[in-house]
Amino acid sequence: MTKLTVRGVQEGIRKREFSAEELHKKFLGLIGEENPKLNAYLSVFENQESGITNQGKLSGIALAVKDNICIKDTITTAGSKILKNHKAVYDATVISKLRSAGAIFLGKTNLDEFAMGASTENSAFGVTKNPHDHSRVPGGSSGGSAAAVAAGLAVAALGSDTGGSIRQPAAFCGVVGLKPTYGRVSRYGLISMASSLDQIGPLTKNVYDSALLLNFLAGKDSMDSTTANERVPDFTENLDKTIKGLKIAMPKEYFAVPAGPPTGRAGRRGEGLDSEVNNKVEQAISKLESLGAHVDQVSLPHADYALATYYLVVPSEVSSNLARYDGIRYGLRKGGENLLDTYLKSRSEGFGEEVRRRIILGTYALSSGYYDAYYLRAQKVRTLIRQDFEKVFEKFDIIVGPTTPTPAFKIGEKEDPLSMYLSDIYTVSVNLAGLPAISVPCGKVGDLPVGLQIIGKKFDEETVLRTAFQYYGS
Amino acid sequence: MITEKEVEHIAQLARLELNEKEKTKFQKELSLILDYVAKLKELDVSQVEPTISGSGTANVMRSDQAVGTYGPEMSAKILEQAPDEKKGFVKVKSILMTNDPEQIASQFNGAGKLNPKSK
Repeated sequence: MTKLTVRGVQEGIRKREFSAEELHKKFLGLIGEENPKLNAYLSVFENQESGITNQGKLSGIALAVKDNICIKDTITTAGSKILKNHKAVYDATVISKLRSAGAIFLGKTNLDEFAMGASTENSAFGVTKNPHDHSRVPGGSSGGSAAAVAAGLAVAALGSDTGGSIRQPAAFCGVVGLKPTYGRVSRYGLISMASSLDQIGPLTKNVYDSALLLNFLAGKDSMDSTTANERVPDFTENLDKTIKGLKIAMPKEYFAVPAGPPTGRAGRRGEGLDSEVNNKVEQAISKLESLGAHVDQVSLPHADYALATYYLVVPSEVSSNLARYDGIRYGLRKGGENLLDTYLKSRSEGFGEEVRRRIILGTYALSSGYYDAYYLRAQKVRTLIRQDFEKVFEKFDIIVGPTTPTPAFKIGEKEDPLSMYLSDIYTVSVNLAGLPAISVPCGKVGDLPVGLQIIGKKFDEETVLRTAFQYYGS
Repeated sequence: MITEKEVEHIAQLARLELNEKEKTKFQKELSLILDYVAKLKELDVSQVEPTISGSGTANVMRSDQAVGTYGPEMSAKILEQAPDEKKGFVKVKSILMTNDPEQIASQFNGAGKLNPKSK
């Protein structure tokens, strides 16, 4: 049951081993038992028998959905007090696509408030526990979705990834997490965080499921003008083709182990890669070589500037996007004496600390006198980061490295915002460049999973998925 | 480095109210973050074009026409989400606190002075 994959459900339904309705009931039972320990789900949809079908390519596929993706007539909180009672009035495009293919939505999963964070500790509704070790975080911001899939409380899940929010929790929870190319999947109905970076993608138990779900998620949408008019192939079709001769790049900047002995994961503030994570990732790369791929070291000279760029671009976009939460049309309203007081009180009570920190930082970076020094400069460095990748992809098909510098950290371990940001050091540049990337499990350090990140050319999810499939197996 | 006064000013611009403890905390944290992002100054970007969109596309135009089925049912649902509603409209607090044109102008004139009653 907990290991049920998309393909497993499809076969079971075809062979009439179980019905979609039976599956739904079983999952609800499991969630009822396990969720109080994990806090992966924020809400669960009990009654939808009328909507459950045994017809459709995804019938019986019971999905967990990150609570920043709108499902019509259900509470959508984005992990924030300001939307605690907010009911979505329409379906996100990804939801209507999956719905019409027969998928079941089990419920909405926990996240860092408005997807800002790397641990789910910023959720207004409590932290999610890592199923592999309840004293540790599941990663974030799609931590609830990753934990739900890892604990078998869903067949698969949807997440969103702005700087690693699908890949990092996938790595921490030992599941497969795919961030498609920017423009590949419609964000209509995704609550905006940083619009030049946000992308929706699947969290799954294997690579085949990731490819199959992408078939349903991908495509141009008239409701999201950033979606690309690119051909959508059958992403499952070439998974079993060999990677013999594939040219794989290994950026030396992603393997920079600091001098001196490690002083324990807690105190390291991400100066470099944990040596045990490094070993696992290098073993994974050796396996890719043994499968016939050519691996070479390359340089991404501006990799070291990605995080600083990200933490200017994101807060700037956040400060603009979150201006809409004003206590007027929807969401929390705290009555003041007048309109200005209403704004101040609603936003101050409704937003948590990290959200307010980013709004203030972004407002600062965009304000007159600082715009050129911070925001504009960050956008220029973003160009340099993008060009680093373009240069490597002139000669290589794929880039590989670790998804995160360390395995899952302890709940409460990262007290200052900067050390939390450093958890995304290998993932943010992929969003800044708009590329597709996947995290697949590549072993464990103790009980804790480690993730291998596989990055591809724009709109070449096929090669990313094929490489992941060849490494990880079906 | 950012001062507490700047934090307060920026918070006002962003329509956020901070208490004294928060001001101190944010001042310290934001200063650390600004120190960190200052490393971008090491790079010469004088010849570099900024990346202004995720997709590289320019504006995408469409005709200004309603599409889909956003009828009265949708309007009702949207209104249901409003914190306060009256006769099919979203109800809000008064915007102007006075009839005096000078005071009205001052309400819209920069942060901090917006609301004489606030601390």
